[in-house]
Order: sequence, then C-alpha cells, then structure tokens
Amino acid sequence: MSATDLSPSQDQAIKPKTAAPESRDKGGPGQPLVIVRDLQKHFPVRGGVLGRTQAVVQAVDGVSFEVKKGETLGIVGESGCGKSTTARLLIGLIERDKGEIIFDGQGLGERLSLKDLRKDVQMVFQDSYASLNPRLTIEDSVAFGAKVQGLDDPNGRARSLMARVGLDPDRFAHRYPHELSGGQRQRVNIARALAMSPRLVVLDEAVSALDKSVEAQVLNLLSDLRKEFGLTYIFISHDLNVVRYISDRILVMYLGEVVEVAPVDSIWREQAHPYTRSLFSAMPSMDPDNRTQEPPLAGDPPNPIDPPKGCRFHTRCRFASEVCKTKVPKLMGLSGNADHLAACHLHDATSGHPKAGQGVPQ
Amino acid sequence: MALAESDTMQGAKVEKPQGYWSGVGSRVVRDPVSMICLGVVLLLILSALFAPYLGLPDPYKGSMIARLKPLGTEGHLLGTDEQGRDMLARLIYGGRLTLFIGLMPVVFAFFIGSALGIVAGYVGGMTNTIIMRIVDVFFAFPSVLLAIAISGALGAGIVNSLVSLTIVFIPPITRVAEAVTSGVRALDYIDAARATGANAWTVIRVHVIGNVLSPIFVYATSLTSVCMILAAGLSFLGIGVRPPEPEWGLMLNTLRSAIYINPWLSALPGVMIFITSLCLNLLSDGLRSAMNVRD
Repeated sequence: MSATDLSPSQDQAIKPKTAAPESRDKGGPGQPLVIVRDLQKHFPVRGGVLGRTQAVVQAVDGVSFEVKKGETLGIVGESGCGKSTTARLLIGLIERDKGEIIFDGQGLGERLSLKDLRKDVQMVFQDSYASLNPRLTIEDSVAFGAKVQGLDDPNGRARSLMARVGLDPDRFAHRYPHELSGGQRQRVNIARALAMSPRLVVLDEAVSALDKSVEAQVLNLLSDLRKEFGLTYIFISHDLNVVRYISDRILVMYLGEVVEVAPVDSIWREQAHPYTRSLFSAMPSMDPDNRTQEPPLAGDPPNPIDPPKGCRFHTRCRFASEVCKTKVPKLMGLSGNADHLAACHLHDATSGHPKAGQGVPQ
Repeated sequence: MALAESDTMQGAKVEKPQGYWSGVGSRVVRDPVSMICLGVVLLLILSALFAPYLGLPDPYKGSMIARLKPLGTEGHLLGTDEQGRDMLARLIYGGRLTLFIGLMPVVFAFFIGSALGIVAGYVGGMTNTIIMRIVDVFFAFPSVLLAIAISGALGAGIVNSLVSLTIVFIPPITRVAEAVTSGVRALDYIDAARATGANAWTVIRVHVIGNVLSPIFVYATSLTSVCMILAAGLSFLGIGVRPPEPEWGLMLNTLRSAIYINPWLSALPGVMIFITSLCLNLLSDGLRSAMNVRD
C-alpha cells in the first residue's frame, strides 16, 4: 500500500465528515489563525528541604508571533531554546505564566476555552514510539480523540484516515505500535492528529527521528494533507533544509526568545540576525570545496536559569558592542523588507551600536 | 513512496497478530517451572475448596489415645496432632483459612494501593506529596511489626487479621504504583491523549491503567508469599486465627511442643507454608518474565 495508489473514493469518504474549514472560520481569511503575544513560561527549579523555588528556568520569555491561515510556520533553534515549550504552551499541555494566545480572533481563556481549543489544535510528537500507547491497537489509538470529542463513527474515521496516510486499515488496524516501523508509526501519529479534524497541527520534530527516505515520504504526505484538509502547520525542527522545504515562513529562537522571523526565501537570501547566520553556516555543504573550516559558533548556549542581560546572544556574538550587554533589542522589520523581522541592534539605526543601521557585516 | 516499507511488511507475518495477554499466556505455558508451580498452587486451592468432598476424617475430632501418631499410621496417612486429630484433614482444611487470609489482603491492597498510587502518580504535585508522605509513615515500620501492632490493637480474629495485613501491604503497592505511573505519565502518548481534550479519568482509564497494572500485578503476586507467612505468623503468635480452627501457622505453634517427640509431624505445616510461598514466588517470577517482552 503506498500513499499514492489511493482511490479518490477514499478521499471522498473523509471529506464530508470533516467540518468544512470555511464553516469553522470565525475571523475571516485576513485574521491570522494564531496570534501569540509576549508568551512567557518560567519553570521553577525546586530544591532544599521544603521544596522552595531556588531558581527559574526562563524557557520561553516574551515570545510573539503570528501564524496566517493555511501557511506553515517553521520554528528552528538549538536544543533547549524553547521550541518544544512554545509548542506545548500553544496546545495547552502546559500552562502559560503570561501572555496571550489568540486563536482565530478568540483569546484563549477569554472567549475560547481550553476544551474548545483542543478541538482545533493537535500535535504530532518527535518520538513516534513514546507517543503511541503500546497497549492499544493502531485503530483504537487513532479513534481515541474522535471518541472523546463525540464525533460520529470514530472507528470509520480512523480507518479512512489510516488509508489516507498510506496504511492499509485491513492490515494495520489491529496491530500494536511495536509491530510497526518508525515511519509507519509516525503516519499513525499523523492520522491520529487528523482524526480530530483540527485546523492547526503542531509538528514537534515530527520527522527528525526518521531516516532520510522515510522522512521525505512523510514530508510529502504532510504537504498533501495540508492542501487537502486546509490545515495550518507549525513545524518545529532543527533541520534547516527540512524547514525550508515545508515552510512558508521561518521563526528562529534563541534562549527562549524570537530573534528572527522571515519568509523562507528572504531568510535564505539574507540572515538578518548574527545567530541565524551562524545557524545557517553550520549547515553541512554538499560541495567538498565549500566545506566549513572553522566552527561558526563556539561553546554552549548560556544557562537559561540566568540568561545574559541585554541581547541574550551577546556572549557569543562576533559583533557585540557595549549596547548589546545592556539594552534588549526589539523585534522589528528590516528597512526595505517589512516582512523580515529581526531582533538585533545592528538593524536599528537608533540603537546606539557603533555599526547601527548597517546590517550584519559579512 | 511507501513501497520500501510495505515490501518488508509483506514478507513478515500475514496472520492476525497476537494480542498482548494471549502472548503472555503462551509464554507462561511454555515455561515448565511456572507450570509446575501453577499446578501445585491450583491443587492446594482446589483441595482446600473441595475439602468436605474428599472423604477426609473430621479435622476437629480428636482422640486421647491416638495422639501424635507418626506419619504413615493406618487410617492417618500423615499421622495425628497433639490432640489426636487427623493431620492430613487438618492440613487440607487448614489450607482454606491460610490461603484465604494469605491471599485476600494482597488482593484488597492491590486495588486500594493501585488506586492511590495511580492518582498520586498521575495528578502529581500536592496530591502526590500528601498521599506518599502518609504512605511513608507506614513504610517506616517493618511489615511484621506493623502487622503485629495493628492486629494487637484490633484484637485477635480472622477479620482483624485481614484488615491489619491489608494495611501492611497498601504502602509498598502504592509506592510501586506511583513510581510506574509517574514514569508513564511523562510519556508523549499521555500528552497526546490530554491534547484531545479527554478528562483525567478517561486518560487514566484508557491510557494509564493498562500500562501500569502489569508491573503492579507482578509485584503484588510476589507479596502473596510474604502475606501467607505473615498471616501464619500472626496465628502462631495467637493474634490471628484462634484454636481449634485448623490453620497452618496456628498448627505450627501448637505442634511446636511435640518437636522432640515427633519432629516430622511438627514440621508438616511449615512444609506446606514453604511449598505454597515458594510456588507463588516462582509463579510471580515466571509471570514477570512473560510480561517483560514488548519488542
């Protein structure tokens, strides 16, 4: 069974059961599907006899972004920069400390309850094995959400979605997760997310654990599904090439903050933040003459328990000056390209950086 | 596209895949030690259940002239005790009470302890702290001491023995249940289930219980032998079953004085306790390895 030899009738079988995206669209096409403002999550580090808070890990600190309807936003950054925490905050798996999440014009916790949000937002996790209950058959796993939400014919939905993601329901429905390969399991996870007919799917490193050929299949499947079901994706990865392939826009995070947001082509042409530039230059080149000779960035990211003052990247930045140690740069559009946002004093003519307004030197 | 994956799958088994429990069952059946132990335990349970139909002499009827007859005496295959009562009958009838107060506390403690541990492990935070600290208080005492203390406070009797032994076994089962549940709680499939909007009870019922119950169950089966020994110990000390009820621990106590006259005879109740707890232990080991396969 391959993903391509599906009869159109199977596709048709899913469509009518899915509420048409138009009817659930409350804010109109111009309203971004998700607006996140100043999202903050600090994890307390407890210790001592009474378990008092000894320190706080600033996992996500003042993150703001928008996701337009139907687009794919890629989120990239080093391990521990807050990508996954952001994802979990978005689907309400962990509670935010501060900030707003506005889903299709409705604020979470105001006009939109967490329960309602969960009808519209689903997540696919990195570890395809840990994200499936080993005691449930594939069919039961996929149908669980639909049963919880009281959608009609959950098992029928599960089977048709399994067929859609390229798993023959007659052969796979009654199997257990350990009887499947990694790629097949990740297809199951995708089917499970889609069984709730969500509008936003958060893919947290969803293809990172797969080998390259399977990864490509799953990526293609994801693109097809997005068009077919009118989905919006937030795609978290540390693989820039994968993000480039699937995303419309890319958001770069560093130590719990957004440092750059830009359309894919724009960021590929010009990385406006020094961190983004080092991230891109760390990509292995396919050309042996063009090999990376020196490490673009040395050392580990600073401890998020006590992040550097001012610009959080100044401890590792080649262009850092005095102002970077004290003043927090604002995320703002580049001159001449307002869609391309970066948080760096080099781009802010009024920042007081010696090279302010000149952009990142080569 | 997916051809590479599908081809390998076609080469693999096509028959309907085996369910988890039937897999465990078939592995237990293939293990000779487990099967022998299961046979012995079943034999003991069945003989205790059907004791009145086995044509045995009355276990309460003594004889002043036929006291402490050795093994193999005519009419008394395993001899007679210090009051001239038939040992075989008393051992088989004794199995009823001994197995009952040896197994039931673990069964009760399994349900109560699992419930407490799963709630503590799943909810976490303050609830976890409260439940686990209370459990720790009970944990501080050695189990024998705790059983004696509670039984002593409640007074002798079968019901009180059951209650005190249940209390003794709740803390260790809660501990194990809490540890296993917190491990499962951290896995992504619990997050995925919560993300569907399911309430805590549904998530626990569908996704937690099935994944934590087998380790707790295996642990509980290993406690049955301890429980039997403790129950026998309580009776031995006179704070469990009271005479003239046949019960292995109590019989061990009353025959103690005959150890120099007829040592084989006085050892018989102990042999029964030993065989039963050994078989239960080996059976629980077999179950543990049969359940521990997965991939």
